[in-house]
Amino acid sequence: MPHRWGMAADLDRCNGCGACVVACAAENNISTVGAEQAALGRAKHWIRVERYWEGEFPDVRLKFRPVMCQQCDNAPCEPVCPTYASHHTDDGLNAQVYNRCIGTRYCANACPYNVRFFDFFNPSWEKPLQLQLNPDVSLREVGVMEKCTFCVQRIKAVTVQVAAEDRELKDGEITPACVQSCAAKALVFGDLNDPESEVSRLSHSPRGSKLLEDLGTLPKVTYLPRDTEA
Amino acid sequence: MSTSSPALPASEQVRSDLLRPLLQTSWKFYVLVAFLGAIVVAALAAWVTQMTLGFGISGIRWPVYWGFYVTNFVFWIGISHAGTLISAILRLVNAGWRRPVTRCAEVITAFALIIGAMFPLIHLGRPWLAFWLFPYPSERMIWPNFRSPLVWDFFAINTYLTGSLLFLFLPMLPDFAIVRDRATGMRRRIYGVLALGWRGTPTQWHRLETAMQIMAVAIIPVAVSVHTIVSFDFSMAPVPMWQTTIFGPYFVAGAIFSGIAGLIIAMAILRRVLHLERYLHPVHFQNLGKLMLVMALLWGYFVFNERLVTYYGNGASEMQVFWRTQRLTFAPLYWTMVVCNFVLPLVIMGISRFRTITGCVIASIGVVIGMWLERFLIIVPSLGHKYLPYSFGTYSPQPVEIVITVGTFAAMTLLYVLFAKFVPIISIWELTAVQHPSPALIPPATAEHPLGETHA
Repeated sequence: MPHRWGMAADLDRCNGCGACVVACAAENNISTVGAEQAALGRAKHWIRVERYWEGEFPDVRLKFRPVMCQQCDNAPCEPVCPTYASHHTDDGLNAQVYNRCIGTRYCANACPYNVRFFDFFNPSWEKPLQLQLNPDVSLREVGVMEKCTFCVQRIKAVTVQVAAEDRELKDGEITPACVQSCAAKALVFGDLNDPESEVSRLSHSPRGSKLLEDLGTLPKVTYLPRDTEA
Repeated sequence: MSTSSPALPASEQVRSDLLRPLLQTSWKFYVLVAFLGAIVVAALAAWVTQMTLGFGISGIRWPVYWGFYVTNFVFWIGISHAGTLISAILRLVNAGWRRPVTRCAEVITAFALIIGAMFPLIHLGRPWLAFWLFPYPSERMIWPNFRSPLVWDFFAINTYLTGSLLFLFLPMLPDFAIVRDRATGMRRRIYGVLALGWRGTPTQWHRLETAMQIMAVAIIPVAVSVHTIVSFDFSMAPVPMWQTTIFGPYFVAGAIFSGIAGLIIAMAILRRVLHLERYLHPVHFQNLGKLMLVMALLWGYFVFNERLVTYYGNGASEMQVFWRTQRLTFAPLYWTMVVCNFVLPLVIMGISRFRTITGCVIASIGVVIGMWLERFLIIVPSLGHKYLPYSFGTYSPQPVEIVITVGTFAAMTLLYVLFAKFVPIISIWELTAVQHPSPALIPPATAEHPLGETHA
């Protein structure tokens, strides 16, 4: 049975620290764009922590929601791409093939979650960030679209190893950078086709819901809101 | 049979009037071409700069990934609907008044399509790989994604462009022959090649008529499908106020609307500059003005429909976009659009006293501005306000986009000026149609017979 990668985000645990955002940028060679471009809205955050305030002062409640590519089963970004740069893999990921992308940006317009980021310039890093580039992740040139891959390089590394050792994959063996860096353990990653996995259990939790579920995109990220919703 | 009524210039007069722009060139022509050419070169330089420095010098940003370029794309493809579609319909119903109008209209189609088709290239992140949209058997063993509306665009626009060029070229053959027969030297050789051996035999006339009938019938569904497919670029994506079933007909109506406006402006300029008062009568403008009035009402109906249904449905994300255009950030542009596209044409074209050439031109300029704004207001507000409030954003155009936009208008004018220099902009043989042995054709319009009824 093929794997079906999914994630769960326990919003009761998320404290909005942003470690996942930093870890993601480091792991995936996400180039920095500088303060000026970031102010224009060209910063690239494959995962971001959305902050929402609720209520009137002084009775204000702050809510965090880490948002990354939802790896939809019915992804609006996929059919619109004229070159198959955005396509579905056998294990359910929304792959983005940088070398095939010609930069129509149609996928990003079709994405309801706004989790796709365009490379407006060739990548560059402020020194000494260039020294920590990850050799497992390709760089993206100007004019292509990039987005969260669920750290496909880590998934591949582990599944290849597991196949070589001819054994079953253990739950929790694969950790994307955001999951690994989450101190509060709000993010859980695993195989949704394995009914015993932590992520399977959480995604079937009665607390669970999907982001913009009514659009019918069938996301593979489950959000578990706070228990104490008033 | 060839007894012309007094207002209709004799055929020799027609020839000398309409061939004059080809044979005489004033210094003003060179100044104009140099001026327009400079703007076009500036636009090309802007595009090269964008490719060299990176797409970031444009105003596009997360999450508004389409802006001026896609607006221009839809706008120019819309303008292209003037010509071939109007000309084809008028040919099919054999409206006699069409004769001086058809060619200026068909030329608009050809050039507006070429300019519009540039924008999918200009807006690409990596335009040097645009050929990956072509369905060719490649070493990568990958075909284009036939589920993508952008690939549908590719086929639709190419079909329409091929058809329109044929539709434009076919009725030019007898006129090329007329120029060939009057010219000498190099010019004679060039027009001789272009005329494809036209000698005006009855067989050739018969074949030309048949070919034009076939093309006129074939081009209408193609034209309708093109702008429907352009509208699919938007309505196929789950974006608030994009995903609506009305976009197909709404875009086609808007395209014809802006196309008529573009045609009226072009005709008025030609009439003034080339002194074609004897051929382009006020009645031509009045007729096109009435057509524009109908399209204004149709456009108003579609907008009312789209807006009311959205408002009544009251979807959370749709209402964000709705109010942003109706009352908030984009309200000034929105209400300018409503005035330009609905109030102005309704008042000017609706009251017969105002339906003069000047009135038609004023209303047309309004419609062209309004229809450009309409495309902008469809694209940008929706992309800036998709679903998650955290990722709301906006867009403001940068110099590179403005220069390229201005450059396309200059390119359109330049191509038109050059065309009018090398080809009779009014079909000579159609105006003198009564003299060739073709089947019963309704003669052209005159002052006494404004619609070109039989008056021979």
